[in-house]
Amino acid sequence: MAPNEIWLDFEKPIAAVKKQIEDLRALQEAQEVDTSSEIVSLEAKVLKLQEEIYGNLTPWQRIKLARHPNRPYTLDYVEALFHDFIELHGDRRFADDPAMIGGPAFFDNQPVMIIGQQKGRDTKENILRNFGMPQPEGYRKALRLMKIADKFKIPVICFIDTPGAYPGIGAEERGQAEAIAYNLQEMESLEVPTLGIVIGEGGSGGALGIGVCNQIMMLENAYYSVISPEGAAAILWRDAAKAPEAAEALKITAQHLLELGVIDKVIAEPLGGAHQNITDTANHIHEAISQFLQEFGSLSPEDLIRQRYEKFRKMGQFQEN
Amino acid sequence: MSWFKKKEEYTVLRPKQVAKKVEIPEGLWTRCEECQTIIYNKDLETNLNVCSKCGFHFKINPEDRIRYTLDDGSFHPEDQQLRSIDPLKFPNYQKKIDTLHRQNLEKEVLSGVGKINGIPTSIAIMDFRFIGGSMGSLVGEKVTRAIERGIERRIPVIIFSQTGGARMHEGILSLMQMAKTSCAIKELHKQGIPYISVLTDPSTAGVMASYASLGDVVIAEPKAYIGFAGARVIEQTIRQPLPPGFQRSEFLLKHGMLDKVVDRREMKNTLFTLLKLFSGKTCDLGHISAAQTDIMDVNDNICK
Ligand SMILES: [Zn+2]
Repeated sequence: MAPNEIWLDFEKPIAAVKKQIEDLRALQEAQEVDTSSEIVSLEAKVLKLQEEIYGNLTPWQRIKLARHPNRPYTLDYVEALFHDFIELHGDRRFADDPAMIGGPAFFDNQPVMIIGQQKGRDTKENILRNFGMPQPEGYRKALRLMKIADKFKIPVICFIDTPGAYPGIGAEERGQAEAIAYNLQEMESLEVPTLGIVIGEGGSGGALGIGVCNQIMMLENAYYSVISPEGAAAILWRDAAKAPEAAEALKITAQHLLELGVIDKVIAEPLGGAHQNITDTANHIHEAISQFLQEFGSLSPEDLIRQRYEKFRKMGQFQEN
Repeated sequence: MSWFKKKEEYTVLRPKQVAKKVEIPEGLWTRCEECQTIIYNKDLETNLNVCSKCGFHFKINPEDRIRYTLDDGSFHPEDQQLRSIDPLKFPNYQKKIDTLHRQNLEKEVLSGVGKINGIPTSIAIMDFRFIGGSMGSLVGEKVTRAIERGIERRIPVIIFSQTGGARMHEGILSLMQMAKTSCAIKELHKQGIPYISVLTDPSTAGVMASYASLGDVVIAEPKAYIGFAGARVIEQTIRQPLPPGFQRSEFLLKHGMLDKVVDRREMKNTLFTLLKLFSGKTCDLGHISAAQTDIMDVNDNICK
């Protein structure tokens, strides 16, 4: 077992059998006992458990996977999917926000603009990156980069992964609401294809702030929600511990959002989540981006804007006679 | 829609019959929440629900807002046939909707066209009584239609916000209303149509992070609570007490997030002056006069 493996509560049965297999292997090596038949049967058991557990994930369990400490973040995908990435910094107004990263890079041989929220891998980096919760400067930097992409006619690819926009005194003073609102408005009229991929947490307005795109896709275990399940549970039942029920009620999984017509595609993850095999996950994302660029690359600016307008215009359900 | 061709794919269901509006009898006096002065209700009404002693702005209904803002008899409501539904089968939501509908609060946003000292405007006013003025699909749709009406008729748009943000009960669909309304505002700006956003107490979260922040001019009533995140959430996050006056109109003005704080008693005049200044070159201000023949009747039903 790799030293950095972290098992979630519901994965414990899998971890237990995997531990047994490891012990048997160690025994085999140390004492030259043949344990191979037991190992084979235990490996079959692991597979069966994985299919059972990962094949029936509850929304709350998916959230746990989306927040898994080993989950690949934006920069992991930048490394796996693009080359010649040059990170650009700052909103030219106040500061650089490390919770939002971005810059141009090549996707295959095509220049694109990458934008995404970025979480930290350890405590130190998480403090720097504010746990992936952007300040207003993050949204303003993102828009600055989108306008550069607009100028040079290169597509924009946004990796969405945030618990939400940061709720702080400075963020309020510097217009967190305005920063997000302005992005929603301006993204409508970008003259280049724009793609949003929710790779982990799609935390409300903080996620949407870079999410008004021609297409929205989600990784299989990502979630996208108007409010955190903990927050919803606190309001609904005055009990944040009821977050699993709230997660169910809010319909926040990729599959739900596809059915609601909010997203265009669910991108498959390896069994057990994106972190189990980053290369596989990246390959799936690569295919999705290629398809998107093929489909939208030839549209005129007018068609791109119209498509975007109509896409969001028809969202919502109500009755009318 | 002339500026944009679009397919309409709304969910269309039959509405329920709605009972006639019931007037709830009220007392003769009201105590000011701020200075505790006892005010005679008739005086309060004459003073547009502002405390004459301390200037405290009482929360008011959209119907009152129409009376205080638009010329008498000029309001022509639109989109009144729209009703909220429960798309996610969210716990207790349908029950909540039914209860509110029985109280004749089905509009959620009172929207339509009317005149401010003769200048036609497309107006939308959020109703705080319907789940804290929260924005679900219906609110997003009515606000978007009000914006599109401004574009189509080439008349200025005014939106009064009063809201706790996106409506949890409709999940992601509520979040998407932020995108929908903001895209419409972008089209309005491209067409040169003025949009004035008026923030009233409270205006927060998903609505602030979309159309409410996107006015050419953003004005607020005094001491309105305005922000992105709720004060309690911020306090819990930073584990520090918040500075005095934090997230009030005057605080936002100081930090450059508002153009002006305007007393309710000055609101109509301020809006009128702004419309006069901005609407002349790009709007078609004679446009709605022909469509206004039936306004008097409708207005009688709405504003009494
Ligand atoms: Zn008073």
